[in-house]
Amino acid sequence: MDRPIIEVSGLTLGYGDVVVLQDVSFTVERGEVFVILGGSGCGKSTLLKHMIGLYPPMAGSVLIDGRDIVTAQGREFHAILRSFGVTYQSGALFGSLTLLENVCLPLEEFTRLPREAREAVARMKLGMVGLAGSEDKLPSELSGGMQKRAAIARAMALDPAILFLDEPQAGLDPITSAGLDELVLTLSASLGITFVIVSHELASIYAVAHRVIMLDPNTKGIIAEGAPAELRDRSDNPKVRQFFNREAQSPS
Amino acid sequence: MPLPDQTTSHPAPQPAGLPGGQPAVLFSKPSPVGLTLIISGRLDADGVAAVWDGAVRQAGSPGRSLTVEASGVDYCDVAGLALLAELRRRAGAASAQFQLTGLGERYRTLFEQFAPEGLPLPPGRAGKPSLPEEVGHKACILLDDIYSLIAFVGELALAVARAAANPARVRWGEAVHVAETAGANALPIIVLIGFLMGLIMAFQSAIPLKQFGAEIFVANLLGLSLLRELGPLVTAIILAGRSGSAFAAELGTMNVNEEISALKTMGLDPVRFLVVTRVLAAMAMTPLLTIFFNVAGLIGGAMVMLSLGYPLVSFVNQVKMSVTLGDLTGGLFKAMTFSLLVCAIGCQRGLCTRGGASSVGEATTSAVVSGIILIALADGVFAVVFYVMGW
Repeated sequence: MDRPIIEVSGLTLGYGDVVVLQDVSFTVERGEVFVILGGSGCGKSTLLKHMIGLYPPMAGSVLIDGRDIVTAQGREFHAILRSFGVTYQSGALFGSLTLLENVCLPLEEFTRLPREAREAVARMKLGMVGLAGSEDKLPSELSGGMQKRAAIARAMALDPAILFLDEPQAGLDPITSAGLDELVLTLSASLGITFVIVSHELASIYAVAHRVIMLDPNTKGIIAEGAPAELRDRSDNPKVRQFFNREAQSPS
Repeated sequence: MPLPDQTTSHPAPQPAGLPGGQPAVLFSKPSPVGLTLIISGRLDADGVAAVWDGAVRQAGSPGRSLTVEASGVDYCDVAGLALLAELRRRAGAASAQFQLTGLGERYRTLFEQFAPEGLPLPPGRAGKPSLPEEVGHKACILLDDIYSLIAFVGELALAVARAAANPARVRWGEAVHVAETAGANALPIIVLIGFLMGLIMAFQSAIPLKQFGAEIFVANLLGLSLLRELGPLVTAIILAGRSGSAFAAELGTMNVNEEISALKTMGLDPVRFLVVTRVLAAMAMTPLLTIFFNVAGLIGGAMVMLSLGYPLVSFVNQVKMSVTLGDLTGGLFKAMTFSLLVCAIGCQRGLCTRGGASSVGEATTSAVVSGIILIALADGVFAVVFYVMGW
């Protein structure tokens, strides 16, 4: 078996003196749809932001395709950045550019494609996320769900090996959300893109996730790892079963 | 919702974005009925960049059929699929048969799924509007702007009247905070600019006046011009750059983040809640800042006079003789009016923000520009009124 595409080892992270997660280690295999889940405020998004090199961790390493993003600098750091795409919770599209220009921007900066080709690629990516026909709209003219899908198209612009999605389903209607699940499965199956998704939408997790890790704010670490259906049925941790079965916190 | 079988391991397909594989190359050969394009290698962004121009040009005149032979393609991502879709579109436009052979099954599925015949054609760019159209459009925008300004003046007047009728309802805590950031924190720059302006004006005017032996009248010039005109004017311009812009940016961002909508749906009037506090704070602070500006300017002038050999007391006496209390209070009243205009326009621009980050930038620019224009206009009005009234 190949070396895992992402190896996180001994990662400790937090803000200031507050430790959010302590000594977290896991790996993500190539082509896998990997979901990070947990209740609100357990550090899912924080973990994601450390994996993509936005924040430096307190300790530990994040190897992406064998290269450590924590210590990488300059050209090497940029090479690592090129290997993945990220979508943020609120979309983070550039408000002064149309959707087409948003998707074209990375193509323009990082490839030698002629203009016509860039626009064809960008149109196709917008078509893949169901936004054909909205190319010339500004982000402010779109609904929240459309902005999110456009953000995914932009993250895919350079056909990265890994896509990090931060709560892609939040605020989407069930139909769009299911369409997004299908898109994730198709891209992972046909192009072999590895997905790392932060989510707590159970339906979508069952539909797409090959493997999940569950974070817990009390232990500041991973409390469960495995396929979602298996964790639901066989986990011996009541918290995990509660999460997967959507039960409210039992009074203790 | 279909549950994928989680127990079987999923076959890992060829990973994307890996190094290795030759970049795409393109060959073409005429076939009996048309043209065959043979593409091989990696069809990623780099590969597509290498073959795009050639492939698209040749696909434009394929004869009766265009065959794309892709069995040599060992990797194809969405950029590659876009190329294939474009070739198919071009063949269709030239009414030629399109055939795609040899593409790996995995990519073929993706191609069929995401590059349907109906993939939208690049729409023609909207033409530039004609001159009358543009003039009309701009005129409408200007009228809208004037309308919203008038509406805002009304709302503000109402809110201020309500605040005066019921002062306990004003959020004084926030007003004090604004007074600190917009007033007290502006003191260093006000004093610095005032001091330098006094110094420079005294120095510049001393040189010609010296030819007539009239240097002592530098004090008259400085006293009158600072108290009546420059003190209020420059203080208000600094206020526009420092605080008018800040109000526009702050309220604009609140608007973009839907905080203004939240206030409205809570039944709180944003004008009463946000604007009145800011305007009152600025109107209270600006006359004070103007006094500091005047004093700093006079100190700067005094330093020049001292260096020219005049004792301080004669400078002070000369100033006292030349200016009246009316000059000072008139200037302070002007400063207060300017601050009302600057802050109101800053807040109004902020509340009018629509859209994202760039519109906050536009609102901020517009707040400063409109603020300075209003200051200049009001100053002109004051000059005429003061002249007519003989003040």
